[in-house]
Amino acid sequence: MKEIIYYPGCTLKNTAKNFEDSAIACAEALGFKLRELEDWYCCGTVYSLTSDDLMHHIATVRNLLRVQEEGEERLTTLCAMCYNTIKRSSKRINENEDDREKINSFMYEEENDYQGNVDIIHYLEILRDEIGFDKIKEKVKKPLKNLKLAPYYGCLLLRPLEVAIDNPDSPSILEDLITVMGAEVAYFPFKNECCGAYETVSEVDFVVERARNIIGNAKRNGADALIVSCPLCAFNLDNRQKNVSLKYTDFEGIPVLYFTEALALALGLDPEVCHFDLHYQSIEELVKEIEQ
Amino acid sequence: MKRMGLFICHCGTNIADTVDVEALAKRFKSYPGIAHSTTYKYMCSHPGQELISKAIKKHNLDGIIVAACSPTLHETTFRKVTRNSGVNPYQCEIANIREQCSWVHTDKEKATEKAERIIKSIIEKVRLNEDLESIKVDVTRKALVIGGGIAGIQAALDIADSGYPVILVEKESSIGGHMAQLSETFPTLDCSQCILTPKMVEVASHPNIELLTFSEVRKIDGYVGNFKVTIEEKAKGIDWELCTGCGKCSEVCPVSVPSEFERGIGKRSAIYTPFPQAVPNKPVIDVVNCLKIKTGGCGLCVKECDVESINFNQEPTYREEEIGAVVVATGYELYPILNIAEYGGGEIEDVIDGLAFERLLSASGPTGGEIKRPSDGKQVDDIVFIQCAGSRDPEKHLPYCSRICCMYSTKQAMLFKHSVHNGQPYIFYIDIRAGGKGYEEFVERAQREDGVIYIRGKVSKLYKDNGRVKIVGVDTIANKSVEVEADLVVLAMAMVPSSDIRELANILKVQTDQNGFLQETHPKLRPLESTTAGFYFAGCAHAPKDIPDAVSQASGAAAKVVSLFSGDYLQLEPTIATVDEELCSACRICISVCPYKAREFDEEKGIAIVNEALCESCGACVVACPSGASDQKNLTDKQISSMTTSILKETEDN
Repeated sequence: MKEIIYYPGCTLKNTAKNFEDSAIACAEALGFKLRELEDWYCCGTVYSLTSDDLMHHIATVRNLLRVQEEGEERLTTLCAMCYNTIKRSSKRINENEDDREKINSFMYEEENDYQGNVDIIHYLEILRDEIGFDKIKEKVKKPLKNLKLAPYYGCLLLRPLEVAIDNPDSPSILEDLITVMGAEVAYFPFKNECCGAYETVSEVDFVVERARNIIGNAKRNGADALIVSCPLCAFNLDNRQKNVSLKYTDFEGIPVLYFTEALALALGLDPEVCHFDLHYQSIEELVKEIEQ
Repeated sequence: MKRMGLFICHCGTNIADTVDVEALAKRFKSYPGIAHSTTYKYMCSHPGQELISKAIKKHNLDGIIVAACSPTLHETTFRKVTRNSGVNPYQCEIANIREQCSWVHTDKEKATEKAERIIKSIIEKVRLNEDLESIKVDVTRKALVIGGGIAGIQAALDIADSGYPVILVEKESSIGGHMAQLSETFPTLDCSQCILTPKMVEVASHPNIELLTFSEVRKIDGYVGNFKVTIEEKAKGIDWELCTGCGKCSEVCPVSVPSEFERGIGKRSAIYTPFPQAVPNKPVIDVVNCLKIKTGGCGLCVKECDVESINFNQEPTYREEEIGAVVVATGYELYPILNIAEYGGGEIEDVIDGLAFERLLSASGPTGGEIKRPSDGKQVDDIVFIQCAGSRDPEKHLPYCSRICCMYSTKQAMLFKHSVHNGQPYIFYIDIRAGGKGYEEFVERAQREDGVIYIRGKVSKLYKDNGRVKIVGVDTIANKSVEVEADLVVLAMAMVPSSDIRELANILKVQTDQNGFLQETHPKLRPLESTTAGFYFAGCAHAPKDIPDAVSQASGAAAKVVSLFSGDYLQLEPTIATVDEELCSACRICISVCPYKAREFDEEKGIAIVNEALCESCGACVVACPSGASDQKNLTDKQISSMTTSILKETEDN
């Protein structure tokens, strides 16, 4: 079985445990194994965007060094924030020898220097480029018939351009996955709108408005559920539905699923990997329909 | 020993403010070979030229150095003065102390020293210059115009009216180009067809014009004044000699596919003329969609044709023509909507490009001039025009301004309002570029009289919503985001050169610029000419332009062709490459490096010779020649060596 080192990040061990469990289960069903990176650090999350913020990349570089020490050159992630942060950092540090030298000399207690050879790929890229959607289609046991799904990309998998896993203005990777799972793709022009991101901490109302617009657009286009790839998007579009309902009493919610959860159901895996209790908007009806 | 004269120009204050011209004139009085040295305020003026002429005679000069502006400006002027004063014009050279010295420096002392070195090097060049005579070649007084849009039409008519024969080659079955698709034209709202079709007819009936439509240039050899061109007349499936253009075949053809001329909004049959006013008004068969060709069945058109002109097995024919000059007028295309994902990428039916909207506006268009949505044919109430769709976006699309979109969108918004009185047009723009005669007033009028709402800002997203199109953008004047709902969105797509221009440029051996448009010799002083002699440009193949500019440029290109044809022979520059027959080792490296095919192998002599008519004096072969057999007249290795020595020597002295 093919193995790849996997970086979980903090959220996947907590509120997005369903994302991790479903992804690990899907990987096994599709013939590859996610081996968790040992002794991993914080990905660095949002670092400053100024050019002299080199030291803020240190957490990422330590993670890359861990991968190097395990004798590997590839790392995969699920969380879109982790992907974005590590990919951007690794591009800068891998491609810039001066920066690498500086950061290596700063990490004076590390046994080894980071050589700049570790590449990051997102889990979705493995599905598309290495497993292949055709192969996935063969393994689908319970096609998601009669379901219309709205693919929501958010921003972190698509911007900035140099780390995008697909065309930023017209991505299709989630649509293609939804199609091989046997579901219908909803027309969804809001698929790359901003979910409100960390404004959710201090400006809840701002996020409420965004969530209402995005979900409203998906519902207007007949979607039965949103498919997401980022725990922060999931929080803003699922958990914040509670706040939307408080403000707008006529608001109609919609279930939100990680793409790996939908895939697990389509592959006929145990629905328990979806941790029903981690969803604000219940997915039980949806699962029941698929299971029948 | 040569007696040389040095004439230093002040160029008003352009040179004299930065270079101490008087001190230089004085210093050079004692320079070896200088018999006379002086300055004048404007050497190119009439008194300046007189001054040179008198000095040549008085001091018996046989070498003239004018220290002034770039030779591209006044080399010809001063060489004429030299010739008229009885000295071979190639004994006159320009020392450029303006563009290459005074304009780019501020330190007067150092600039003066640099000017001194520049002058010295030119003195050394003139010291070894030989008398030369220009090369005379015959000229074939027949022109080729490629492209039958308004620019090609105008160029062909102007040349033909001057009495010279013209072959006009057009790749489509009819001439007319994009102008034939337009409804009305800005800023006068003339009906496009009404002003174009008479010209199309004039082309077809002009005794000096041979019109070859559905044809393409495949090969061209030779040089200015003496080209040999191969033209392919593509297989039309119909013998046009027999065809009367009655149109019955198109009527019975059961095939219905989107019409290119109608930008996909209307349909056409498989045997078709692109539009009713086509010139020539004869059909061709679309081999991809014809049922007879696809399945072997059908054949209705054959039964209908009274003159038996239909021939499915027709083969293309090739013909060779001798011509003297070429006007390239291959026009433009629109950047495809598919390339702009944020504007729907062609997925939303009610988002169309500017040319498609012209067809909706046109009285002879698929809707008879009624403005209906392509998706369901419903009437359009709100319409949004988006500027710079692909233009002025160097990061993702094209870096340049397409120049005509501000004006045609304004016109389209105005015409929309004239057609739908209760409708509301909006224009999203970056800034309005209305720099033409009557253009600014036209935009004013659209705002004042027709209530067109202009919103300064980019559109970030377009999407289908409740059966309409939602436009999300920003108003950068009010500094807020805006949302508009519309029934129809018209994108002012960027103009790009026609898709086959690269292939054609390779055949013609003319240069294109970084955006694929044809590259002119000089952007200001020789804007109509290719760097390859004998090729002239007209219209949008050169850069985006509107109809008045395309027509003006076409007339200019035609004038260039006519002036080329009007002499008894062509005079070419004699400062070409030479070959020392004793030294040539027949390695043929020169042949491989020559961009103009001017070096060829003489089997009899066993050496690589120079075709004097083709040589453009670039010097590539001279540099490449490993045995030193190639040299260039009046820029010999010996001259270059003494020029550089004179420059470096002074550096050591200082």
